[in-house]
Amino acid sequence: MTTPLTPAPTPGAPLQGTDSLLLEPSGPGRAPWQRLLANEDFRRAVGCLAGFLVLAVMTGPSGSQGAPTSGFTGSLFNLRVFWFVGLAAVLWGAMTLRRRYSAAVKVWNDKALALPRRLLPDTRVRYGAYFVLLVFAVVYPMHISGFWQEVAVQQIGVYVLLAIGLNVVVGYAGLLDLGYVAFYAIGAYSAAFWTGAMPVHLPFHLNPFWTIPLAILAAMLAGVILGVPTLRLRGDYLAIVTLGFGEIISIVAQNLTSITGGPGGVLGIPHFSVHLLGVHYVWGLGNLPYYYLLLGFVVLILIFFHSLENSRVGRAWTAIREDEVAAQASGINVLKYKVMAFSIGASTAGFAGVMTASQVSYIEPADFTYQLSILILVLVIFGGMGSLPGAVVGAAVLQWFPQFLRLHPLFGFQQQDLYIYLGALLVVMMIFRPEGILPSKRRKREIGLAEHGVGSADAMTTSTAEVQ
Amino acid sequence: MTAMLRLGGVDVRYGAIPALRGVDIEVREGEIVALLGANGAGKTTTLRTISGLVRPAKGYVALDGKRIDQVSPHRIVALGIGHVPEGRRIFPRMTVLENLEIGAYRRRGDLRSDLQHIFGLFPILEQRREQNGGTLSGGEQQMLAIGRALMSRPQLLLLDEPSMGLAPLVVEAIFDIIERIRDEGTTILLVEQNAAQALQLADRGYVLENGSVVMADDAEALLGDERVRVAYLGEGAA
Repeated sequence: MTTPLTPAPTPGAPLQGTDSLLLEPSGPGRAPWQRLLANEDFRRAVGCLAGFLVLAVMTGPSGSQGAPTSGFTGSLFNLRVFWFVGLAAVLWGAMTLRRRYSAAVKVWNDKALALPRRLLPDTRVRYGAYFVLLVFAVVYPMHISGFWQEVAVQQIGVYVLLAIGLNVVVGYAGLLDLGYVAFYAIGAYSAAFWTGAMPVHLPFHLNPFWTIPLAILAAMLAGVILGVPTLRLRGDYLAIVTLGFGEIISIVAQNLTSITGGPGGVLGIPHFSVHLLGVHYVWGLGNLPYYYLLLGFVVLILIFFHSLENSRVGRAWTAIREDEVAAQASGINVLKYKVMAFSIGASTAGFAGVMTASQVSYIEPADFTYQLSILILVLVIFGGMGSLPGAVVGAAVLQWFPQFLRLHPLFGFQQQDLYIYLGALLVVMMIFRPEGILPSKRRKREIGLAEHGVGSADAMTTSTAEVQ
Repeated sequence: MTAMLRLGGVDVRYGAIPALRGVDIEVREGEIVALLGANGAGKTTTLRTISGLVRPAKGYVALDGKRIDQVSPHRIVALGIGHVPEGRRIFPRMTVLENLEIGAYRRRGDLRSDLQHIFGLFPILEQRREQNGGTLSGGEQQMLAIGRALMSRPQLLLLDEPSMGLAPLVVEAIFDIIERIRDEGTTILLVEQNAAQALQLADRGYVLENGSVVMADDAEALLGDERVRVAYLGEGAA
């Protein structure tokens, strides 16, 4: 018979050696620093401070080879750091107050939101709100500086278009397209080709307006050609194929110098112009005319996509996104609807390509990188997948914000840092608001249910498991 | 009676792995036919072959004398074969009503009488019509899956393990409804692990083993068969 080396723990007594910060009870036997570390408020304060100090370093001056640590010293040992400590204190205070008075906050919230909640389901109110927004979108840009007008066209307008196009592919049909920018490039290069700006050109050349249908057709055709063989694949495989396609297009544009102009790009793509029935108008170097042209098209496309979402086609897309096999067994031609979503998204990007090409009048392969595909995807995810208002607002906010940061004296934002911020933003979003800022009703339900253990809410397709 | 559905010498392979070998099955109008067998015997594959989700490497599938083995799945639904897939596979984030509407995707026109019919069979679904499919209990989900398939007004209904994971009382209710669906004129091909209950309900049965039909007989005869009793009804050898 062997005697146990240690006595068996008495039931009810705390286990030895498993003391952890995560275990709640802070018994009298613990050192003061342990109690401090276990204090929720303290831990939050440390988190806030650390977060903002990282932000201070990220937005501060960069180090150089001679003085590699100057990035840190210049950011942290500088009066500027007090701003960030102050911001951290404000955030910590807000979080603490919110926690302490969470019940009261909820009551206020309900009171404040009661009216909008009652009014929003009313379609008249909703359309009224859309109208007010539209008026704002029409009037406001007249009163801003030329720089912000350029932002409104090149950073916001075009990207809203790209985001609502990708939203059809990713949000409605649940297809993960990582090479979306390829269709944008195809549209831009089509515009360059038909207007006679490319090294290879036809004996005639067209007004950029006429290239719109041709570019849309080219992008759509590319979507169908790529889609028919690959959309038989399931989620993850499709993402890889589209990733490859995006790379192929950009490398082709870079290397077929005699056709596409190579890395140098294409110069001198003409601006839009109208010469009809005695009316002559040229969209010149100003930004506002392009802005209104874009706005008009975006509104038309939004109306079209909205009606599509609520049609038979939209329901088929939802079913496919939820469960492809079940959709197939219910008599939905899965391949047809997937190709349809894919090519509608592609043609929207193609259209955006024409807009860019004609306004900037210069395109190069470096405009169509893989990172841009990711950026557009982030816009859609940030706004709320499958939600048109989400895609618009997501694109507008995320494209506006870096410009704001760039101009603001406190944040020495640099364009090459953009993806650091986007990455951080996405991480925070996925933790606190995975459905996006303006989620579609269904998406909200999907995520709500998944959190209660019903079904899954994968980013893209929900169900890819095959039956035997 | 003539055969409504006939599978002749059907071979199915998943890559290099054979799943079905020379399967001959026949379903006549108005019958309930049970497909029995152990896990991996090829029951689900048989149903998937009929509804066009997998293609046979050899042999044919014919509905009302016309070959359908090269027809795409959505057309097969339109031809009158409804498939209730294994594991129910309802759309979890669509409401009960939306699930049923998707079931009628191949048909246009008024669905009200169909919905009434489904809600007559499954009153609980009417109570839950605005609820998300994913919030239903397992039994209710099975009812929804059957209802969704019935929305296409099939002449032949393929049921893949409707009793899987359900409480005995619920299974009984589902089997009662399967019988009622047959009595209303829909032919049924039923895959089941629950062999005893399936054979009590069915007119005829097939036993699959390793992708081949090893027995085919009237349900009663199978119920009385020594080998079936030992292998599938859980009775020890006498």
